[in-house]
Amino acid sequence: MRILAFESSCDETAAAVVEDGRKVLADEIFSQVKLHEIYGGVVPEIAARSHLEVISLLADRALKTAGVTRRDIDAVACTYAPGLIGAVLVGVNFAKSAALALGVPLIPVHHIRGHIAANYLAFPDLEPPFVCLAISGGNTMLVDVRGYTDMSVLGQTRDDAAGECFDKSARVMGLGYPGGKPIDDLSRQGDDRAYDLPRPAVNDGNPFDMSFSGLKTAVVNIAHHAQQTGQPLDKPGLAASLCRVVSEMLVSRTMDAAKLLGYKNVAVAGGVAANSRIRADFEAACEKAGRALFVPPLRLCGDNGAMIGAQAYYEFLAGHTADSSLNAYATMTL
Amino acid sequence: MTYTTHSEKETEALGERFAEALPAGAVAALYGDLGCGKTAFVRGMARGMGLDAAVTSPTFTIVNEYLGPRPLFHFDMYRLGGADELYDIGWEDYLGRGGVCAVEWSENVPGAFEGDEYTVRFEKTGDNDRQITIEGGPVSC
Repeated sequence: MRILAFESSCDETAAAVVEDGRKVLADEIFSQVKLHEIYGGVVPEIAARSHLEVISLLADRALKTAGVTRRDIDAVACTYAPGLIGAVLVGVNFAKSAALALGVPLIPVHHIRGHIAANYLAFPDLEPPFVCLAISGGNTMLVDVRGYTDMSVLGQTRDDAAGECFDKSARVMGLGYPGGKPIDDLSRQGDDRAYDLPRPAVNDGNPFDMSFSGLKTAVVNIAHHAQQTGQPLDKPGLAASLCRVVSEMLVSRTMDAAKLLGYKNVAVAGGVAANSRIRADFEAACEKAGRALFVPPLRLCGDNGAMIGAQAYYEFLAGHTADSSLNAYATMTL
Repeated sequence: MTYTTHSEKETEALGERFAEALPAGAVAALYGDLGCGKTAFVRGMARGMGLDAAVTSPTFTIVNEYLGPRPLFHFDMYRLGGADELYDIGWEDYLGRGGVCAVEWSENVPGAFEGDEYTVRFEKTGDNDRQITIEGGPVSC
């Protein structure tokens, strides 16, 4: 089954063709296309308009790359939630039109379910159940993946996402945006115990919930004090300490969840999975606990269309299709 | 009115009291630097509006919607380059939906407001202390 899939929930516009949920025939992302090749000029980073302008071109390009024609497409899928509403709407409406025109089923996909499904593309043998930590600039969520479409949120951030904590700390440290990579690079030269950072406690209720806002504030305070007292800020040490604490919070909860559920497999998804400290800590923890770790390559960790096409296949098998009344939603539970 | 809070919980509680009396269609423009308690304040607002919602940072998604009889639209203009990008996020559509709009990083979108908004300014006066100035809001909060 060949699915033409669209992703437009935030900054990236993406179109992909995926076969049977596992095989990527094409995976086109707008931000990787040289802008001037399409129509020249600068495009605002956050623009439903820019999604609208490129989505049709990307669809054609995806079909061409896949070496298929429109008639070879068996279903059309799109991210329908959550995300920036104007942006999501573009993908939803384009997918609706395409499904109608081609006379094939329309499959709505939850964005985070797509991120989790990126693992199916990277690891052909991986099957549920497993526990998955979805970490990105906008999300931090620990998910019990019981089946391909049967999953529930075990815990999530109460405030900022883990990636956001890196982004904002990087800004305070003068490292630019996005902050994940510069913090990671800097942390490799630093002492991870240089600063005693708080581990924001989430005492009430769910033990799998997390909090990163207090950590961000602590970094702001440390940078501020250094500035006021004229003391040099040990940036590599601060970056390393931050990575250590963030990693400890994420890894400990994920491993606890895997143990509680008795799952052998632990998966990570989303852009923050690229952080070398988090990756190393997961590797060590999984080895110690005798569990298998799955982390997709960076290309599949960011927003892309292929992950939507992968999850769409399993949603289709579960009978989760939609008609032309499908709407887009800014906020939606998993 | 200027208030001083000494913890995140107190900032939340102030947001809760602030929002209780807000009319539908109200816009709260929030100003203040990173780690000043803006999101905590909005979490309190949601509670004050009777919304049972886990309020998280909207920095990445630009806007989070919390639906109820009187919905709360929680914006974060941190990543926006200017008021002309408001069009792209559907700002005017949100204004007409009968909810309350809470807007973090209002600094970035001076053109968004028409003068009838509530202004909430956050200032860090210590590691945990915040001075919060609310103008145009209900006097009783």
